[in-house]
Amino acid sequence: MDTEKIDRIIGKHDSEASSLIQVLLEIQSEYHWLPKEALERVSERLQVPLARIMHIATFYKAFSLVPKGRHEIHICMGTACHVRGAPRVLDAVQDLTGIKPGETDLDLKFSLETVNCLGCCALGPVVEIDGKTHGKMSPSDTAEVLKNYD
Amino acid sequence: MSGILLQIDGRQVEAEEGMTLLEAARKEGIHIPTLCHHDKLEPYGACRICIVEVEDRGRTKLVVSCVYPVEEGLIVRTRSEKIDRIRKMILELLLAHAPDAFGLQDLAREYGADRNRFEKEASFCIHCGLCVRYCAEVKKKHAVGFVDRGIRREICFVPEVAAKECWDCKECFPLCPTEALQAAFVLVEAFTGKKT
Amino acid sequence: MPRINSPAELEAFREGLLSQRDPNKPCITLCSGSACHASGSAEVGARIEEEVRKQGLSDEVIIRKTGCHGFCERGPIVVIHPEGICYFQVKAEDVPDIISRTIKEKQIVDRLLYEDPDTSEKIIYESEIPFYKNQERLVFGSNGNIDPKSIDDYLAIGGYAALARALEWGPEKVVEEIKKSNLRGRGGGGFPAGRKWEGSRNAPEEIKYVIVNADEGDPGAYMDRSLLEGNPHAILEGLTIGAWAIGSHEGYIYVRQEYPLAVENITIAIEKAEEYGLLGKNILGSGFDFTVKVHRGAGAFVCGESTALMTALEGRAGEPRPKYIRSNIKGLWGKPSVLNNVETWANVPLIINKGADWFTQFGTERSKGTKIFSLVGKITNTGLVEVPMGMTLRDIIYKIGGGIPGGKRFKAVQTGGPSGGCLPEELLDLQVGFDELTQAGSMMGSGGMIVMDEDTCMVDVARYFLDFLTDESCGKCVPCREGMRQMLKILTNITQGKGKEGDIQLLEELAEVTSEASLCALGKSAPNPLLSTLRHFREEYEAHIKEKRCPALSCKELIAYYIDPEKCKACMICLRKCPADAIEGGKKLIHVIDQEKCTKCGTCFESCPPRFSAVRKISGEPVPPPIPEEQRTIAGKSKEK
Repeated sequence: MDTEKIDRIIGKHDSEASSLIQVLLEIQSEYHWLPKEALERVSERLQVPLARIMHIATFYKAFSLVPKGRHEIHICMGTACHVRGAPRVLDAVQDLTGIKPGETDLDLKFSLETVNCLGCCALGPVVEIDGKTHGKMSPSDTAEVLKNYD
Repeated sequence: MSGILLQIDGRQVEAEEGMTLLEAARKEGIHIPTLCHHDKLEPYGACRICIVEVEDRGRTKLVVSCVYPVEEGLIVRTRSEKIDRIRKMILELLLAHAPDAFGLQDLAREYGADRNRFEKEASFCIHCGLCVRYCAEVKKKHAVGFVDRGIRREICFVPEVAAKECWDCKECFPLCPTEALQAAFVLVEAFTGKKT
Repeated sequence: MPRINSPAELEAFREGLLSQRDPNKPCITLCSGSACHASGSAEVGARIEEEVRKQGLSDEVIIRKTGCHGFCERGPIVVIHPEGICYFQVKAEDVPDIISRTIKEKQIVDRLLYEDPDTSEKIIYESEIPFYKNQERLVFGSNGNIDPKSIDDYLAIGGYAALARALEWGPEKVVEEIKKSNLRGRGGGGFPAGRKWEGSRNAPEEIKYVIVNADEGDPGAYMDRSLLEGNPHAILEGLTIGAWAIGSHEGYIYVRQEYPLAVENITIAIEKAEEYGLLGKNILGSGFDFTVKVHRGAGAFVCGESTALMTALEGRAGEPRPKYIRSNIKGLWGKPSVLNNVETWANVPLIINKGADWFTQFGTERSKGTKIFSLVGKITNTGLVEVPMGMTLRDIIYKIGGGIPGGKRFKAVQTGGPSGGCLPEELLDLQVGFDELTQAGSMMGSGGMIVMDEDTCMVDVARYFLDFLTDESCGKCVPCREGMRQMLKILTNITQGKGKEGDIQLLEELAEVTSEASLCALGKSAPNPLLSTLRHFREEYEAHIKEKRCPALSCKELIAYYIDPEKCKACMICLRKCPADAIEGGKKLIHVIDQEKCTKCGTCFESCPPRFSAVRKISGEPVPPPIPEEQRTIAGKSKEK
């Protein structure tokens, strides 16, 4: 883990304690998770207790304390998507990948999360993979879409 | 001239600017139950059991007395059918997690709370936050904190800090209304490195 | 880049811009909002640029990538100006036709037009399409005319004139005008903005803050996203006017990190506005300084609650604070803070430009202006609609929304997100407005309007919202955390056929405590979906509990899929598609579902050809036993395939 990189990210936000969440978002984006060493460095540099960082890292869904897979699958469970059948899409993805929301498979290929509304409600049910939005998904479509990711 | 005049349970009370309803009541010897309140700590407002009815300019509302500031002319009621119903249910909800907690037994008896109302889900922690707040505000060590949110929220020791600070301290243990079960339990886990 | 140093210079610059823009020059606008992007607008955009170049039209045609137009189900959307010809579901392959036929030859490409579902009539012009015609797009309409990344586009449509006017009026007059307009918060609270601003203006503190709440978390609502992505300067202008009005020099825009395009566009807008002297130091030469920072959320619905949002801005976990002292007096860092929703801020330039009197002609007695709703769910025309307050739910759902697709019956419309409620058919003539919706047992909320049909189980809807809230609650106070924990357990049991006598009463008791004693609005309003569905759909609850039956045929544990042997034509479609290999049968052998293997995924139900409709759902009664094997052969040559 690159201490310099972490320090650069902290420096970008004027090393202010109130920018804690913004700093963590960048670290998460950079590493796809929040390594413990990174959090300890942030705690030291921003003069923020580790307990507070742990609360934030677990309180907000954007953060992960464990490494994520190469491909992050987000299934929208917002009301519009729910009404159009999102739970069945979730079931299908769970069956295909073998993992449940919050989990990553053993090959570190896929990570699965449910998200509470991506804001693409007109295209529900929506599945987002690696930031790419797939709209109007049905359980039978999911196998086709997932095949494209290795 | 600092006296703020208000009425609590029919009694005229004089309070100072900046006092909370709870402080004003206690000054008068009027009892309001609390679980998450502690004189050495900032008011937390989480257990909601100190809830009271406040009448202000003709409108009645429910507020938690540990946080609500005194105001001239308020009419406060610390007991009523509604308040009692709310307190009873709060206790029943907490008893589902810590049925034998000594800090809950007297209150449960007073309000007729049924420990079997809800299915038990053993966690022992009632989230009063006394341990977390004491360690942060008084000891300033932040060895224990809350993690996660919603129904998954729980207290968690930070292993690195706890390893250094807790064995010689343990001042939070007697604060725990559920007999420190959770505290000890979690502390041991932290040392064996089982929790993050 | 010119720095504009006075209102006079602003007008001169604007005139300069307009003189260079020919309103009759063909302009191809392509909706590039997030939804259209997901439907492939990037490829369409690239193709348009390529074709225009290839056909030598680069100097004669303007290409403009705009924000969201609102008719999101039909994207990608292309509108050709100045005529206003509107093409839907445009694919990259359609582009050559659009360029050669519509741009060059002024001919219409029929297949891309909107077709009226009842008359089959094709409609050419955007302004004549019922979806748009019946709206009043005061705030949202500009989206279709500007490239959100271009400040010049915003200036060309009159942008920042309101700011110049506000600076000339002075702060008190601005507050008065906003008060006169009766603008009420569009985020859910419906609190009068003018009163909020006045409170902060009068607070005796040097440091004050203005905040944009763009943490749009209500699932099903995405109007703030589209506004911020499509017209970021409108929000920025409104925010600057607000800062001027209350005496604030520092503003924050709290955006969900799930909205990367919105973050990008507002960041660009801030940079451009600063370059032009419309933000930052000495705005328009007035001596007024105001800077804005963008702060990204990290995935927590509760941070949409104003005190939790401020706590998050301070770099903490978003736990709400008691509101006994209002945050416009003691808010962010304990200072007076005016927090308003994206749509509220976007209304401000409009009110300053056209006046409170103009604004109050729209809407009802106590709900003035318009509201943008996200009309989604079981509705034909899904998208964002802006209507004057006072329009009926019926008009929105049927006149604009086109009614329920698939020939299904309307059942309920859910408004207000997880804090709101479900309104049944009997209430369709309700006029939309803050107080009207609240009195009916729901609320306006941020504007999500989710339409539900006969296939939606209302008990499941209540369970769904509680499931959402138990995850999103901060977990600090007992009534919310523990009350909802128990309510969710009971509702889950009911949907799984484990409901028992006394459950409804216990739910009602829990609802009382949660709504009365919770710390913040999330907890206090959490029981609303439950209470409104109990009020209007109690029979569904009773069917689940007493008969173990789901009337909507939706709850998995209470339904079974069954292939009617009289209707099955053994076409093998469902058999092949079944992911659990639970269907026995073959060519000309009637198919039978093995109930033990069936996972209730519903694939067979969806894939059985409509002319057979052999698969049905059964609830509350035993599944007929499979017919004996000997009887499964379809006799004779089957002419139907």
